[in-house]
Amino acid sequence: MAYVAIADRDVHLHDPQTFVTKYIWSQDHKVIAIQYSVTAIAVGLVALVLSGMMRLQLGFPNTFSFITPSNYLQFITMHGMIMVIYLLTALFLGGFGNYLVPLMVGARDMVFPYMNMLSYRVYLLSVLVLRASCVVPGGPTGAGWTLYPPQAVLPGTSGAGLGIILMLVSLAIFIVAFTMGGLNYVTTILQARCRGMTLLRLPLTVWGIFMATILGLLAFPALLVSAIMMILDSVLGTSFFMPAVVSMGKGLKYDGGSPVLFQHLFWFFGHPEVYIVALPAFGIVSDLLSVHARKNIFGYRMMVWAILAIGCLSFVVWAHHMYVSGMNPYFGYFFATTTLIIAIPTAIKVYNWVLTLWHGDIHLRVPMLFAIGFIFTFVHGGLTGLFLGNVTVDLPLSDTYFVVGHFHMVMGVSPILVVFGAIYHWYPKITGRMLNEALGKLHFWATFLGAYAVYLPMHYLGILGVPRRYYALGDTAFIPNSVHDVNVAITVAALVIAAAQLVFLFNLVWSLAHGREAGSNPWGATTLEWQTPDTPPKHGNWGARLPVAYRWAYEFSVPGARSDFIPQNEPPEAPGGREHGAKP
Amino acid sequence: MAIALVLILLVAGSLLFHFFSPWWFTPIASNWQMMDETVNITFWVTGIVFVAVNLFMAYAIFRYRHRRGQRAEYEPENKKLEWWLTAVTTLGVVAMLTPGLFVWAKFIDVPRDATVVEAVGQQWNWSYRFPGNDGTLGATSARLINRDNPFGIDPGDAKGRDDVLVFSPELHLPVGKPVKLLLRSKDVTHDFTVPQFRVKMDLVPGTVTFMWFTPTKTGSYDVLCEELCGVAHFAMRGRVVVDEEPVFQAWLARQPTFSQSPVPAAGDAAAGQAAFAPCAACHGAKGEGNPSLNAPKLSGQERWYLARQLTNFKHGIRGAADQDTYGKQMAAFASTLDAAAIENVVAYIETLPDEQAKPALEGNAERGRSLYATCAACHGEAGEGVWSTHAPRLARMSDWYLARQLRNFRQGVRGGHPQDFPGAQMAFMAKALREQSINDLVAYINSLR
Repeated sequence: MAYVAIADRDVHLHDPQTFVTKYIWSQDHKVIAIQYSVTAIAVGLVALVLSGMMRLQLGFPNTFSFITPSNYLQFITMHGMIMVIYLLTALFLGGFGNYLVPLMVGARDMVFPYMNMLSYRVYLLSVLVLRASCVVPGGPTGAGWTLYPPQAVLPGTSGAGLGIILMLVSLAIFIVAFTMGGLNYVTTILQARCRGMTLLRLPLTVWGIFMATILGLLAFPALLVSAIMMILDSVLGTSFFMPAVVSMGKGLKYDGGSPVLFQHLFWFFGHPEVYIVALPAFGIVSDLLSVHARKNIFGYRMMVWAILAIGCLSFVVWAHHMYVSGMNPYFGYFFATTTLIIAIPTAIKVYNWVLTLWHGDIHLRVPMLFAIGFIFTFVHGGLTGLFLGNVTVDLPLSDTYFVVGHFHMVMGVSPILVVFGAIYHWYPKITGRMLNEALGKLHFWATFLGAYAVYLPMHYLGILGVPRRYYALGDTAFIPNSVHDVNVAITVAALVIAAAQLVFLFNLVWSLAHGREAGSNPWGATTLEWQTPDTPPKHGNWGARLPVAYRWAYEFSVPGARSDFIPQNEPPEAPGGREHGAKP
Repeated sequence: MAIALVLILLVAGSLLFHFFSPWWFTPIASNWQMMDETVNITFWVTGIVFVAVNLFMAYAIFRYRHRRGQRAEYEPENKKLEWWLTAVTTLGVVAMLTPGLFVWAKFIDVPRDATVVEAVGQQWNWSYRFPGNDGTLGATSARLINRDNPFGIDPGDAKGRDDVLVFSPELHLPVGKPVKLLLRSKDVTHDFTVPQFRVKMDLVPGTVTFMWFTPTKTGSYDVLCEELCGVAHFAMRGRVVVDEEPVFQAWLARQPTFSQSPVPAAGDAAAGQAAFAPCAACHGAKGEGNPSLNAPKLSGQERWYLARQLTNFKHGIRGAADQDTYGKQMAAFASTLDAAAIENVVAYIETLPDEQAKPALEGNAERGRSLYATCAACHGEAGEGVWSTHAPRLARMSDWYLARQLRNFRQGVRGGHPQDFPGAQMAFMAKALREQSINDLVAYINSLR
């Protein structure tokens, strides 16, 4: 698609006059991005504390009186839901998406700034409703983040009354917020690119965010309808998901509903959700690797096609979460095949990342360390996915700690490492100051090694057969005492990781005032956000004139060029900017 | 630099961990050896990729680390290399998928001669049903489930009359014979798992699911629920005992059929009154309890609970542990009652006036309220007792006795007998309670009416 005229129009920007309109009710995508990020990280810290509580119980069972069986399940539910939805989805799309998309495509702002502002407000509301569920009678739901009915709405589960309803309402509100933001990202990428910014000149970060947003727009409605249907089941006594059941010795009035229907709807959302988190991470890490290896991303077009292929395939693999759900067993053939096929474009991405390092000029700065850490954990998590995706292999491993190890590696640790790398990378643009390098390295080593120490042993506990979502293992004949010992070790590692995050938070705050001045382009990056006239960029981003893109995003170490990078907006005739071998 | 070295160490460490860590599959006890082999193939393929990619990356980082004057090469793509890598990856995927689908085909194709057994799950218990002499299970419906018919078998269906019912979470199976397990849930989604059999499947209310396996080794195996099913999920345990055929047949013959299954309302309260006389000596004429004789209040307690405890005392399932002094006393009395007398006595106790037991303990009821959220899952919000979860009434009963039993459960004095499944469950829960919290919890229970 060629350049579209909307980018050139002299848009009337909402002009902030007061502190309130500038920082609180701001329509500037950069301010909204920071609001999204700070909220997401704050609520993420709650989820981190919850994981610490879970680890305390698992490492030292029956020691802490405030961790009861019903609390424990509330912790795992809240932890999972926050991490997946309210932290990762919100941070990658609402945070990085908001900040980077307009800058990287060369636009002054999102296409719909007012709706963008509303998106954050509504997201904040969804977080508040989620937190409110913790103080209602009965507490928050303890149904697990998958919220499977019937148990989510029956009294044997904590929060089966108000707790689950507030959870579902919060999700519905979140989806409204996401839709407002998501339509903005997609429209901005399609319609507001600056002159010369063809689709195949976009940085992979934008491609990742673009595809993830489309996945979200198509997948979240499935969650929305299932949330509404479950609310109706719970409040009005409909039977969408509720068959005739006997609860606490009494027959209930429900009849004819299907619990498996909910699982299909949930995972029709839930699997693309994995890629809603993963694709922005894929995109961002591609750019980090390229910038810090001073080398073009290897196989750019293949990378774009892989993102598109993964995005499409992610809608036909959902039932690999349901091999033992009691669905028609013949589905197993189909979903195992599609799931293993998705491994191929994913593997191509991994090869291309590693090949980007080959023949590079690798600067091992903090963002690069996180990017390399990501490749390692993602390779591990991706490969263990081949176990669980392959229907037969899933049978013994499903619902064990193998699953916990796998999805934390692939969907927890890997994207979070990218989040950290991205923060170290773009913090200088956002604040004008560098984060402290020594603290950053400490943060990296503790987080990376700690995470591997936590999750590697879990896979083996799963092979042994240790079930997940168990408050305590008790005396179980096949579980040896060594399992209790390793649980202690895992807990210690988890607490070390948690402590390392305090170093990170300190660094974020301390560097705001004391960090080294960054200048406009400290890493020597090519993409447009590093070429703004001001750092941090002002409202409207580009001063008087919009940039023009003359080349793709990866002109690093071009033979014959004077500098080892050529910004996207540098005209071909400029000195040292010979258009040499610039592919697309 | 350090990162390259660390990557190499992590790869080496992961391999060492893989080969030397003590945690691996439990020794297999079913015909699904093929599943272990599929897992092994997957380990080899993925292991090679894991080592190759990471070592290559470590080498690239070391070889192309930044040095003064160094410049990267400019190489946007390499079609040939990319297609080669795609082809090799596809081969690896085929190598894993093919055995996977092959074994799956076997798993969903149940042998014709498989014995049909039904496993029924509910919060947080297992029970089982065999088809009886006619070889066919009778029809069931969730609407028919009640205390007298916990399986919900249709009394009008002749095929159901000879169904053999196993009320305990312990299932016996004959060795060497394929079993088709039909899975049915009364309330929420559960999952029947025996790690040593490798296979598992969810129980979904509203439908019947299945799986099959052939037990190949005699022995006793834990059944775990592996689909989150509520507060007591982790305590939803059962047992499969794999016997030689004759032992299995003898066990099966001891289980009642649906038409023989006991009707609990059969006790005769008048006959029970006479039998109650020795009980009254300690528990009081009105079953009101007597703390000084360590005898708890009986009146108002659910009769099915009293009957089960008397039966447990009689058979040494309760009151046999060394430290259980008072339990031993009770066991001596219970041994004098036969099954009919037990039913009569509990029928008489049901007629006694239910007065609130006098509180003997003090604690912080407000703190106790939050702890009770877990208890409520089985015993009910008001501590009223729930037959389906086998949970006795707590409200209005002797608080000192509740506290003592909680301690007994925590310390393994009660609930340790292999046949005391509800007791074992309570032991799981009581261990989650701190000693100093017991009085608070009991204080809250005292406030329930």
